[in-house]
Amino acid sequence: MQLASVTTLLLLILGTPLAWWLARGNSKGRSVIETLVAMPLVLPPTVLGFYLLIAFAPQSILGSLWQQVTGERLAFSFSALVIASVIYSLPFVVQPLQAAFRQLPQGMLDAAATLGASPKDQWLQVILPASRHSIITAASLGFTHTVGEFGVVLMIGGNIPGETQVLSIALYDHVEALAFDQAHMLAGGLVVFSFVSLFLLYRKAGLSPWRLTQ
Amino acid sequence: MSDLLVSLQLERGQFELGFEGVISGTGTTGIIGPSGCGKTTLLKALAGLLPCSDESLISFDNRAWQSPQDALPTHERRVGFVFQSAHLFPHLTVQGNLGFAEDRAHNPEGPSQQQVVEWLQLDDLLDRATHQLSRGQQQRVAIARALLSHPDILFLDEPLANLDRSARDHILTCLQQLQRELSIPMLYVSHDMDEISRLAEHLLIMEAGRILASGPAAELTAQLDLPLARDSRANAILHAQLHQHHPEDGLSELSLGEYSLWVSHCQGEPGSVHRVQIAARDVSLCLTPPDDSSMLNILPATILELAELDQHQMVVQLEIDHQLLLARLTRRSVNRLQLSAGKAVYAQIKSVALLSD
Repeated sequence: MQLASVTTLLLLILGTPLAWWLARGNSKGRSVIETLVAMPLVLPPTVLGFYLLIAFAPQSILGSLWQQVTGERLAFSFSALVIASVIYSLPFVVQPLQAAFRQLPQGMLDAAATLGASPKDQWLQVILPASRHSIITAASLGFTHTVGEFGVVLMIGGNIPGETQVLSIALYDHVEALAFDQAHMLAGGLVVFSFVSLFLLYRKAGLSPWRLTQ
Repeated sequence: MSDLLVSLQLERGQFELGFEGVISGTGTTGIIGPSGCGKTTLLKALAGLLPCSDESLISFDNRAWQSPQDALPTHERRVGFVFQSAHLFPHLTVQGNLGFAEDRAHNPEGPSQQQVVEWLQLDDLLDRATHQLSRGQQQRVAIARALLSHPDILFLDEPLANLDRSARDHILTCLQQLQRELSIPMLYVSHDMDEISRLAEHLLIMEAGRILASGPAAELTAQLDLPLARDSRANAILHAQLHQHHPEDGLSELSLGEYSLWVSHCQGEPGSVHRVQIAARDVSLCLTPPDDSSMLNILPATILELAELDQHQMVVQLEIDHQLLLARLTRRSVNRLQLSAGKAVYAQIKSVALLSD
């Protein structure tokens, strides 16, 4: 849960400018980046986890740099899980935002500018509020998807209780140990949680067109 | 208020736009030309919404908007802009959209929300969400929003293009009222001569990224070497003084020099000047004054110039009281009456439209 919250927050901070650039920018590297962002959708999570595990190892560039800066080992840490989850859930956040930004008419921003709104003012008072439904959707998808992830975490988390143990892996452990009662509690909890969050999301999304006709 | 001084070059792909000139700092300037001639591009470049070349210079009211060293960003140019689409903010109500402009007003002085709401008849709409409005209503809100930002100059880019007839007429009437109430200069882009002649006293005629001509609307609309006079819907614009009302006939009598011009009953005090529009199609010529015609307006005029339109049609430029009138005739009639420059004729005018009350 803590992992999902931190991940979602980071995803929104990183994903929003990235989605804007993908939706509005016109530089050459755009399709390459767009493809990279979408990769976690099609790759088996274990493939991603395998490469991340190698990248996080103390002898790797990233791993040793991290160790120099923070003084801690990156692999099998909570930070490693966060980084992995951010990459893994990135498309679920970026794609709804990208679609929302693409639909935002340039004329609306031009109008805001002629009304005296500076670029920063346009971001805070026009772009973000006008896309708020998509931002909520993106955050919810990112959050639920991170809670449900398994493969990547299994590969790099190390399943250290209190440190890197997450819900879905705890469930796996319980099943392995034939502790079906506890497994039921976790699995049922996850089902209820996913249902409730998706239900709230869809009801919200479904309400707006209904309101429109009233 | 000083004028808008412009020397501007801009390239967008294959399209090149070049404009050198002065746009009047008073009244309304109409920019007219066929689709794709660069009218919208010009307006957006002036507002800073499109980048123009480094050599471009734009200044207004002693402030440089664009110079080789620097380009003032759009939000500091103090321009009001009404686009072809209203572009209201969907997350705000009508009231919220107006408030957005008021919070960022370019000048402390300007019309109040109450006044603007009254002019554009938005009273019943203030609490509505923007998607609940018709296109005409949305456009009225957009105009109100632009006015509430208290701009130095107002740009309107075909604001009526996507509207049905009744919404267009409604907004045109609102805009004419705004012209009477406010003193800010306006730049009005359209390809519709009807809108332009109702609103603009100055004209800029554009073609393929260039300015073809600029000057007073009454002169340019009747100039035979310009496209406006050759259009099938060509009109002449004349200025006439109100002489007296004839309520028993439902008519008003205007004077055009020593001659009378009868129009349907209008508002105004005797002595006030009115702009009238006379379509070239509604004018026929005869050599002697007919005394058995049902037409009210038969005025003596002198032919200044004739031009061929096609094999069978011609347009004739006439002078009445130092003002220009157009008549669209068949070549057969021109030959039969032996019309030529300098000849004195009588112009029978079928209908006269008042451009201002």
